[in-house]
Amino acid sequence: MSFISLLWVLLLGSLLGLELIGKVPPTLHTPLMSGANAISGITMLAALTLIVKAEGNVPLLIIGSVSLGFALFNVVGGFFVTDRMLAMFSRKPSNKN
Amino acid sequence: MNLPVIIKFVIDLLAVLLLALGIKGLSKVKSARDANRLAAFAMSLSVVGLLSYYLGTSGIAIQSWIWIIIGSIIGSLFGAILAKKVPMTSMPETVALFNGCGGMSSLLVALGVAIFPISSGQENFDFFKSLINEVSISVSIFVGAITFTGSIVAMAKLQGWLSTPGWTQSKVRHFVNIVFAVASLIAFFDLINGNTSSIWLLVIVSSLLGIGVTLPIGGADMPVVISLLNSYSGIAAAAAGFVVDSQLLIVAGAMVGAAGLILTQVMCKGMNRSLVSVLFGGSLSAQSTASSGSGEYTNITSCSVEECALTLEAANKVIIVPGYGLAVAQAQHTLREVTKKLEQNGIEVVYAIHPVAGRMPGHMNVLLAEADVPYEQLKEMDVVNPDFPATDVVLVLGANDVVNPQAKNDSSSPLYGMPVLDVQEARTVFVIKRGMSAGYSGIKNDLFDLPNTSMVFGDAKKVLNDLIGELKDLGVGDK
Repeated sequence: MSFISLLWVLLLGSLLGLELIGKVPPTLHTPLMSGANAISGITMLAALTLIVKAEGNVPLLIIGSVSLGFALFNVVGGFFVTDRMLAMFSRKPSNKN
Repeated sequence: MNLPVIIKFVIDLLAVLLLALGIKGLSKVKSARDANRLAAFAMSLSVVGLLSYYLGTSGIAIQSWIWIIIGSIIGSLFGAILAKKVPMTSMPETVALFNGCGGMSSLLVALGVAIFPISSGQENFDFFKSLINEVSISVSIFVGAITFTGSIVAMAKLQGWLSTPGWTQSKVRHFVNIVFAVASLIAFFDLINGNTSSIWLLVIVSSLLGIGVTLPIGGADMPVVISLLNSYSGIAAAAAGFVVDSQLLIVAGAMVGAAGLILTQVMCKGMNRSLVSVLFGGSLSAQSTASSGSGEYTNITSCSVEECALTLEAANKVIIVPGYGLAVAQAQHTLREVTKKLEQNGIEVVYAIHPVAGRMPGHMNVLLAEADVPYEQLKEMDVVNPDFPATDVVLVLGANDVVNPQAKNDSSSPLYGMPVLDVQEARTVFVIKRGMSAGYSGIKNDLFDLPNTSMVFGDAKKVLNDLIGELKDLGVGDK
């Protein structure tokens, strides 16, 4: 893809992000931050690309693997911890009766 | 276009759509949990898309698989274990740690590509040939490093492992940070000029810049910083997307970057602070010592738990104001027991949630939800403020600055203009507090001097436990 079209992607992605979370109740700020934080671990795709394209270059494989580890730590931990927080909210209705 | 390209395109498109729906769903209480799972699913989908694409085109070497599996297992395992074990009270630190690791990942990718330019594959990947790639590598390293060290410092400070060094509150720090920033810029341009060796300089000085900027920031402002760093990690991911030419990465990174910025703005508004003053103003307590806002208390009324229980028993309407002290004392379950008793006696109980109570917006909501407090009883500041004059008793638990009337009355106060809960309008206010120490702003709280305010000294959990005992003796909630 050309650089210009990637810039368009960046621009539209940013606008989408601004639009998506316009109004959020304060209750959800921490979970939302934590969920968005997990999504920022999408950089795992870059780490994967690095490993696949390393072509036997061991130092590069190691760097990619460590990078993948960090990213997945962020992703898996982030989604789990968000789920834990949200579980407390969604449990409410069933507990009331 | 051949088949793998088309498949990857469709999967990427679907993943972006689901991620967007996920973020949108996360902003509504009802759909939040499903939305989080949807986002997690979208992330897995994106991995499947990427791997299937390479399987269908260049293939994936066994060696690559091995390293993929090693990295994935270790990272996921540690992430899952930490997420399951960490107590709810340390949520802000945990988010900071995860966030820092995301930044580290982007940093490493850019570093790897910079040191070992990848041989061109089918799409003519030719790193370091074009200026664009050099710029995106530099940005990825710069933002990634700041995100990493900044988040780690934020985490360490929230955990109490790091205090605020004295020199960081003086003008010296601006000088130091400017030096780091200028050095980063030099390394940045040197790198773009093709001098690959300056990459290490960039890594080092941007890491130092992350530390230098975060270290002086006081505990009360930390949530803003974490949110901002969260936004940075999105930007770092988007930059890494330019490095490896992935639209999906750019879109997702940009969305997170924008979302983080909005949250940061919301938090700053809640604290009546501008982002500039948070980042460059230093810890609020350092400023306030010089201002006229501080002073001695003259009219403190202290009372026993028993008196508190008697007043509560006679009340019709009670508002609870929770703060960080409640989280520290882990007293949310004990509090819930107290309010259950009151409710059983027909007393109306509501929780007033200030937007920045605790260490993060929503911190109190999460904490109280853990203790099974019904969601409907949590009232936001704007909703609950008109209710205070008609309220018999307000219980302030470990909150301080968010109930300081100075923010409304004293234009010389550093807090002036910050939206606060008007608890002093209620008939009686009980402040449960360990001692007379100031809140995070370090400013005297005029509320404590008011005639309708009584202090109940003690650890929140212990006081609440005593309160349960007293209420039992009074026969409250024993029906």
